[in-house]
Amino acid sequence: MTEPLRSIVVILVILFALLTVAALLVWLERRLLGLWQNRYGPNRLGPFGIFQTVADTIKLLTKEDWIPPFADKPVFVIAPAVIMVTVLLAFAVVPFAPGLQIVDLNIGLLFFLAMSSLGVYSVVLAGWSSDNKYALIGSVRAAAQMLAYEVFMGLSLMGVVMLAGSFSLRDIVDAQQGLWFCVPQILGLIVFANAGIAETRRLPFDLPEAESELIAGYHSEYSGMKFGMFFIGEYLGITLVSAMVVTLFFGGWRGPLLPPVVWFGLKTFVLVCGFILLRATLPRPRFDQLMAYGWKVMLPLALLNLLVTGAIVAARG
Amino acid sequence: MLSVVKGLWIVFKQMFTPKATIQYPEEKAYLAPRYRGRIILSRDPDGGERCVACYLCAVVCPVACIALQATEDDTGRRFPEFFRINFSRCIFCGLCEDACPTYAIQLTPDFEMSEYQRPNLVYEKEHLLIDGPGKYHGYNYYRIAGAAIGGKDKGEAEDEAPPADVRTIMP
Repeated sequence: MTEPLRSIVVILVILFALLTVAALLVWLERRLLGLWQNRYGPNRLGPFGIFQTVADTIKLLTKEDWIPPFADKPVFVIAPAVIMVTVLLAFAVVPFAPGLQIVDLNIGLLFFLAMSSLGVYSVVLAGWSSDNKYALIGSVRAAAQMLAYEVFMGLSLMGVVMLAGSFSLRDIVDAQQGLWFCVPQILGLIVFANAGIAETRRLPFDLPEAESELIAGYHSEYSGMKFGMFFIGEYLGITLVSAMVVTLFFGGWRGPLLPPVVWFGLKTFVLVCGFILLRATLPRPRFDQLMAYGWKVMLPLALLNLLVTGAIVAARG
Repeated sequence: MLSVVKGLWIVFKQMFTPKATIQYPEEKAYLAPRYRGRIILSRDPDGGERCVACYLCAVVCPVACIALQATEDDTGRRFPEFFRINFSRCIFCGLCEDACPTYAIQLTPDFEMSEYQRPNLVYEKEHLLIDGPGKYHGYNYYRIAGAAIGGKDKGEAEDEAPPADVRTIMP
């Protein structure tokens, strides 16, 4: 196979797999939440209720796709696409297995950070163009939250970069040959996981869409597949953050016996389940608590981690 | 922070506990014998209709879902000419059962009466009447009441003294 053709095939395979996974995650989340709340969750359609996903998709696609007359139409239409595009673009640098990576950028990690930061535009634009006070409050909250959590999201990863000596995700996975970075970078892992959950606006950091106070926050006015895009974008975001945690801290595709891509999938799956478990357990904090947690706990931890790692790396020469 | 971890563990353990859900179509919830569900009209132990068409149920019904018309046969026994319950209105409050002087109208532990067409929820007497006496087995209104019907004259009911001749009991 020629090189361009091969990369097109890889792109299509990854794109298809990701969208399938994101759709299945909707079902997985409902099922797990059910199990953890002493219910069964959707278990009627097909084996284990797995076709619930199909039913949900058909429902979303056949819903009226309504644009409010007071909305800023072009921005309103673009906003949900932005979140999908940025998250999917970020997947371009994720090494699923040796050879199964769309592009191995030498600044892969920075690319991921840039793309996940761009994702906040989607939320802000959606809230702004909706011309709805709840949507606006939601997007303002999202902006403030992103600002706070972006800062130490990047900082928490610098320890990994120092140890690996590269921004390329493939090099980072290779550097974890002996010891996964979750051991020396345990602080970085904790901080990055927190920032990642905040980045995907998942509970307990889902204040931008807190349904009990803001209806649905920034996507209050969205319906049909535009809402579906936000929905899928959120689940893709969970997958992305889980995949990044696996890549950066849990040895990526590394593991005995099973093929690398299976290992990668397994680790990501466990982390996604962990995200859902967090949602099932934790209540939503107040916004000032969220901010205080970000600036007063997580940022100092990230800086401490950076200093200690830097000192050790420098001392080892 | 430790409490968060503890909470996560407690929630995770729920995965392996028995679920509170009753998987409805396959598995049914327990319904008490006096559960207030589908309304029926019962019969005497000897097979006659208990309903004497007194209209008390129709009057007490808070949503006015009961309609009936009284008539009587040539022996003087009253019964409803038609008896109609609109179950799309019925709230299953059981007041009709409370009001019924003859135990004719009763609520049963059955709630599975969904229909695709709303008019199908209007039950006529033929749908409501059952063959048995329902919850009250030995009760037979006309054998206890003093009213005279065919085959039972005044004074022939259970525990009923023969009618007194008012002219002979004067002091």
